[in-house]
Amino acid sequence: MKKTLSILLVAVMLVASLVCFTACSDKKGAEVSADFKVGFIFLHDENSTYDKNFLVAAEQATAEMGLKPEQVIFKTNIPEGNECYEAAADLADQGCDIVFANSFGHEPYMLKAAKEFPEVQFCHATGTTAHTEKVANFHNAFASIYEGRYLAGIAAGMKLNEMIEAGKITAEQAKMGYVGAFTYAEVMSGYTSFYLGAKSVCPTVTMEVQFTGSWYDEALEKEAATKLLSNNCVLISQHADSMGAPTACENAGVPNVSYNGSTLAACPNTFIVSSRIDWTPYFKYMIETDLKGEAIAADWCEGFEAGSVKLTEINDKVAAAGTKEAIEAAKAKLISGELHVFDVNTFTVKGEKLDSYKADVDTDADYTPDTEVIKDGYFHESEFRSAPYFDLQIDGITLLNSAF
Amino acid sequence: MRKLDNFFLKVASGSYGHIIKRDDIIWWKAWGIRILSVFFALIVCGFVTVSLTDLNPIEMYVTMVEGAVGTPRLTWNLFQNTAILLCVSLALTPAFKMKFWNIGGEGQILIGGLATASCMIFLGGKLPNGVLIPIMFLASVVAASIWALVPAYFKTRFNANETLFTLMMNYVAIQLVAYFTLEWSVPKGSGTPRTLEFGQLPTLLGQKYLINILVVIVLTVLLYIYLKYSKQGYEISVVGESEKTAKYIGINVKKVILRTMAISGALCGVAGFLLVAGTDHSLKSDTSGGRGFTAIMVSWLAKFNPVFMIVTSLLIVFLQKGASKISEVYRLNSSFSDIITGIIIFFIIGSEFFINYRIKLARKEKNV
Repeated sequence: MKKTLSILLVAVMLVASLVCFTACSDKKGAEVSADFKVGFIFLHDENSTYDKNFLVAAEQATAEMGLKPEQVIFKTNIPEGNECYEAAADLADQGCDIVFANSFGHEPYMLKAAKEFPEVQFCHATGTTAHTEKVANFHNAFASIYEGRYLAGIAAGMKLNEMIEAGKITAEQAKMGYVGAFTYAEVMSGYTSFYLGAKSVCPTVTMEVQFTGSWYDEALEKEAATKLLSNNCVLISQHADSMGAPTACENAGVPNVSYNGSTLAACPNTFIVSSRIDWTPYFKYMIETDLKGEAIAADWCEGFEAGSVKLTEINDKVAAAGTKEAIEAAKAKLISGELHVFDVNTFTVKGEKLDSYKADVDTDADYTPDTEVIKDGYFHESEFRSAPYFDLQIDGITLLNSAF
Repeated sequence: MRKLDNFFLKVASGSYGHIIKRDDIIWWKAWGIRILSVFFALIVCGFVTVSLTDLNPIEMYVTMVEGAVGTPRLTWNLFQNTAILLCVSLALTPAFKMKFWNIGGEGQILIGGLATASCMIFLGGKLPNGVLIPIMFLASVVAASIWALVPAYFKTRFNANETLFTLMMNYVAIQLVAYFTLEWSVPKGSGTPRTLEFGQLPTLLGQKYLINILVVIVLTVLLYIYLKYSKQGYEISVVGESEKTAKYIGINVKKVILRTMAISGALCGVAGFLLVAGTDHSLKSDTSGGRGFTAIMVSWLAKFNPVFMIVTSLLIVFLQKGASKISEVYRLNSSFSDIITGIIIFFIIGSEFFINYRIKLARKEKNV
């Protein structure tokens, strides 16, 4: 009796300990060792809305993962040149296990460093070549921000409807302006999804786009916004990283749909809403995956569900009534797959509906189209690689200039 | 108020003391003053650091040194950056000695880089590197030379102000390079410069920047000899001292101006060549990184002496590297490290005053 009891007891203890251990390892599948380090390379510093968005996410993600401040190294103001390679190599020298860079132009230099330090993981936001270069320790990441911009577009469209109803403008005068950095897929995908969001609630809307030819140039962005305003645009949005366009809107009292984060504090009377990519989920994913000793995805792209794409609080003072509800409804449909941003029934190119389009997914100098991206009635954005490749010029959007 | 007026009156009349121009100063005294100025600068920086942040200034200086020479890679970077800055400073020096204010270094570097990049793109793969690299070198030297000759020509022909002219030419060059950067960017339109595969300078002894450093060392020696011992170097000094004297003793001033600016541009072209082919392997409008302007300070601080310029350019690059390490380690905005660098440079420049002048305090006499 005693013997059976003790055997039983031992068995129970064994099982319990097993459960406990698995439970423990489940919870802390990624134990952070003291010499684990992550290095971040940023193009500018917190004065740029783009970089601030990354900086805040990096701080939050590393804190949540239990990394101590000395395990996280930030290098700010690293230009898109050889300096980026030197910064990446220096971070590897300092013992970083992961090196992350946040600007598109950092890519070739990150790749160069990745080839030199095969034991270090190099993660790069917004890049396009990881899926073709096939360097095991080089990874791209993005988010399906076009869905966020679509929702921001709905807020813009509803504001236009409010102006039309109030008799401030006619339906035909519902013209938006957009300040873009370059005439390049990432920007084109962004303004087109924004426009389509607005069009989904305000069918008569048109849009003009002015490019600055720079990712960050406060004066140029302000100038571009001012030009759009003088062209009678009644609402402005932007895809460039300074406060140029929002400030111009605030000065002129014209509503602005922002990007990268809330500009409410600086523009209380014109800010409607802003879409942004939250990089925290990716940072946590990349740290967690590496700690587990697993391979980080070559091309990572997530959206609303992972928490990568977010909308800021809506500024009720400026936004039209019912904006929040309309956005929530559309968001649910996007998540369920009932609604697609680039549904071919919602836009035309040169007056024609598209049923086939080959995009340049595998990057090369001459934009050789290589992949069919229209299937099941919609343009499959960010599915064949994480970075956007929608580069169609659809009807209703006028490009005032181009900056290739 | 009256008290203050009185004070200024007394200062002006020399009641407290006089500022006297020194005739000559022994070298060790001059260097003593310079070293002392750095020492005082570090003390002031310490006060500023303690009052603005909660950092220990000594630790901060250690971090600066680590940022500059902490690892072999950083040390090589330091030398590489010093070499390029020195090369640009060497380039500006002959013009400055002639009192021709060439503020166009930035543009001349970029034009040299543009010529190099064009060769790498259009001839790369068609010619072996052994042929391509000399062509690139020649192209950048010639292109930058011509670019520098434009303001020189207008100076000699119409007496156009060279300071403004060379300055304006920078913006033309920046826009030209920006245009071609976009034109050549991959993917097109993204603004990301293409990586230039062909015609990269070879690595020597496993060190990719060694060739840059060697080239600049050779140039430094050559320019030192040229300025100090050659007839042309002497002509430059004479034109700089007094154009009238130069004309009187039969120097063709116009010829000297044109020739010197051609040399100045050519050396900037070399810097552009080294940057594009030797380090960056790409070209964009900020490839020159403000060196055309920083070099003005390097050249002046070294009193236009190529050998002293090694020290001054090393100092500037050391401060830059150390400063960026401070913002990395302490997560401070880069403005803070700019303040620190600014204070140190201010003191060093200020020390020249005490080298050139001495202050003689008035002796206290009874019965004033």
